Amino acid sequence: MQQKYHQPAVKINQLHKQFGGLHALNGVDLTIEQGEFFALLGPNGAGKSTLINTLAGLLKPSSGSVSVMGFDTVNQYQESRLNLGVVPQELVFDPFFNVREMLRFQAGYFGRGRENDAWVDEVIEGLGLTDKAHTNMRKLSGGMKRRALIAQALVHKPPVIVLDEPTAGVDVELRQMLWEFIKKLNRDGHTIILTTHYLEEAETLCSRVAMMKQGEIVALDTTTNLLKTFTGKNLRVNLGEVILPSSIAPLLRSVDKGVFTLSLSDVAQVEFVLAELRAASLKVQDLQLIEADLEDVFLSLVGSNQEGKSQFSLAGAH
Amino acid sequence: MILITPSTRGMWTLFKKELLRFWRVAFQTVASPVVTSLLYLLIFSHVLEGHVQIYPGVAYTAFLIPGLMMMSLLQNSFANSSSSIIQSKVMGSIVFLLLTPLTFLEFFIAFLSASVIRGLAVGLSVYLVARWFVEIPLVHPIWIIAFALLGSALMGAFGIIAGIYAEKFDQMAAFQNFIIMPLTFLSGVFYSIHSLPPFWQKVSQINPFFYMIDGFRYGFFGVSDVSPWLSIMVVGATFLLLAWLTLKMLKSGYKLRG
Repeated sequence: MQQKYHQPAVKINQLHKQFGGLHALNGVDLTIEQGEFFALLGPNGAGKSTLINTLAGLLKPSSGSVSVMGFDTVNQYQESRLNLGVVPQELVFDPFFNVREMLRFQAGYFGRGRENDAWVDEVIEGLGLTDKAHTNMRKLSGGMKRRALIAQALVHKPPVIVLDEPTAGVDVELRQMLWEFIKKLNRDGHTIILTTHYLEEAETLCSRVAMMKQGEIVALDTTTNLLKTFTGKNLRVNLGEVILPSSIAPLLRSVDKGVFTLSLSDVAQVEFVLAELRAASLKVQDLQLIEADLEDVFLSLVGSNQEGKSQFSLAGAH
Repeated sequence: MILITPSTRGMWTLFKKELLRFWRVAFQTVASPVVTSLLYLLIFSHVLEGHVQIYPGVAYTAFLIPGLMMMSLLQNSFANSSSSIIQSKVMGSIVFLLLTPLTFLEFFIAFLSASVIRGLAVGLSVYLVARWFVEIPLVHPIWIIAFALLGSALMGAFGIIAGIYAEKFDQMAAFQNFIIMPLTFLSGVFYSIHSLPPFWQKVSQINPFFYMIDGFRYGFFGVSDVSPWLSIMVVGATFLLLAWLTLKMLKSGYKLRG
């Protein structure tokens, strides 16, 4: 495979994409180095899929440029696509063929023949598809279809792999298995770019994160730095089935069976919360102060109010 | 195969996949149109044999067979490329092709070649089965091959255009019911255009399907309504026009890449 060494895995310069009057990408600049495990986060409509589709050549930039391993996605699209594997978000499949046939066809489109069969077998085994290799795609369960989609993106051994919501609707066991496989790919030198609504996944797996909002990147840093820059904490209070006083209701992040999680901008707010609870004659049964996670950073950047939360929960349910 | 190199393997793979796609459902894609053609043959020959003689010395049943062969060939060439593209667009699996380094020309050649093969397979099957009913001469086999290849390629290209343009199955049905079927039935499959009133003769002469069928029939009987040279020029020019339009659509990513 043709590769340019010492080039970033992905380089995006002043990328704009317009659909009629809608500015879906608004001057995005982004560089992802080879070997990174990178997360792209944002609520629905933030421009993540548009960015990925432009990277994959499914959309043409209105202006600006995108390159994969140093190859421009428009002028050197063949080289750029040879270096890129994309796992689409939707569970799409060709109903005429079985898993192995489909993977061989996909490898063939990238110029790989029988000599690639050993790698195809490795991918099939690694993704737990061995028993289903001769099963028609339409007879696979949703989870198996998801594995087959990932396998399709890997058959030509691309150095850069984009996973667009790979674990959406996938059970916990399969999710763990997929992440182990993808972590192994990353250890083997593949650059991984991930979009996900499961922020704990991004926090656990990714070394660097970009957060998008309304077609722009609003935060771009290592996961550690993003968490450090966010000074807030979460206060988890067990109050039982009560109504929260209106003075502290804006701090509410979630509630589950009488356990209220409040987002505090500063640890000093604990005293204020406790005073308000006492004033409302609410009895604290348990109390816990928790470090902020990526979700807090995310909410603070894309909207820390209730609107931001509803955007996020909608995104999570997608 | 020596022609398959890493740089051409993508195109070969797509061609092979398209062949397998229709072969896996050969009852629907090959056997079914053959049966339909035979039903036309049985009904029309039963009703009109002995009552109609279009060319001197040529029985009506024999006259009908090249027309039915060409009709099946054209319809199935169109169906192959158009159905494959619209299905993969509607189901979303077209993304697997769009993510590959295949060029627009490779895409075109692979889809077109598979359409030609299906068209020829159906046309040949109709011929082989029809031979049980009547002896059919082969006066100019070169013309038969030329019109079969050019006709199936023309319809394969038209199928790619329809597949790219249509966004829903009912739009594709409109192509078949409002363009392909009328042009086929008004092209002289069942009659000579000389049997038509002057106005409809003129209308037939602007129908490229007429030239495909008339030229094809010339290859069997050595007689035709117009010169086979005129027919091959009209069919060739129509193919070039459609191929140019198809390549232009594919190159620009029309309705495929946003």
